[in-house]
Amino acid sequence: MAHDTTLADAHGHDEHHESPVVFGFWVYLMTDCIIFGTLFGVFAVLHNQFAGGPSGKDLFEMSTLGLETALLLISSITYGFGMIAAHKGKVNPVILWLGVTFLLGLGFVGLEVSEFRGLIAEGNGPDRSAFLSAFFTLVSTHGLHVTCGLIWIVTLMVQLAGTTTIPERMMNKLTCLSLFWHFLDIVWICVFTYVYLASMI
Amino acid sequence: MSTDHNAHGGSDHGSSYKSYAIGFVLAVILTVAAFMIVSGHSFSPSGTILAISVLAIIQVIVHLHYFLHMSFAAGQKWNNGVFMFTVLFLFIMVVGTLFIMDNTAMHMMSR
Repeated sequence: MAHDTTLADAHGHDEHHESPVVFGFWVYLMTDCIIFGTLFGVFAVLHNQFAGGPSGKDLFEMSTLGLETALLLISSITYGFGMIAAHKGKVNPVILWLGVTFLLGLGFVGLEVSEFRGLIAEGNGPDRSAFLSAFFTLVSTHGLHVTCGLIWIVTLMVQLAGTTTIPERMMNKLTCLSLFWHFLDIVWICVFTYVYLASMI
Repeated sequence: MSTDHNAHGGSDHGSSYKSYAIGFVLAVILTVAAFMIVSGHSFSPSGTILAISVLAIIQVIVHLHYFLHMSFAAGQKWNNGVFMFTVLFLFIMVVGTLFIMDNTAMHMMSR
């Protein structure tokens, strides 16, 4: 129990990276960051290799992009509210906020899938040009991460359902997912800035 | 174990709601600004890129601080160390790639 007390003491000023589990997950996130960084590098190199095909200006719509961005940004704060409830040890609000975050994330993935379907249906799939290959690789890698996050949210909701307390172990899981979800939002900032907006200028 | 959690919990909640709200408002302002700059066509193309880059960097820092709770606290030394290594690695990787590929394209006169 002495161990627990030290953990509890550490919480006050070091809210989120208190446990070795969470630190390990942070290291994983940084390696994930390298994956995204290199994919951004690829996109930067290939972003004007259209092979006579359409450019970003012809393909991307500001309204879809705005909606996707809004959904992801709002899902970030709803997850934050879930974490606040978790720190207070209230199980039901945590499940509720996780549910809201899940729906927002699902909306995001749905929009992205329909956008991709539209592009592919018009013959502007990843095989059209180097620009579109790089675009699909980068954006769908992010989309896949969000999908994994959604599966993770459902998993935690199921594990939380019916319980009344949030033990240390569950708190670590929620903290890791929180880092993951907010990290994906940061990647999306770079995606909408450098992939979408920069192509629409 | 869980009682420990509940007990420590009270200390930083007041600021937590507030910090998430501040982060969210800042994020919305920065996002909307970036969208407006691009849809308004008020700057030159390179000026627009520069402006939205600055906004994106600020927004990334806002998210890191208010949502991922990064800080210069002593307890976060290792997190920050790994983070700085990643940033340095990516800087070398991305800038190096752009420099080499641009140089290659120039020498092959493919642009």
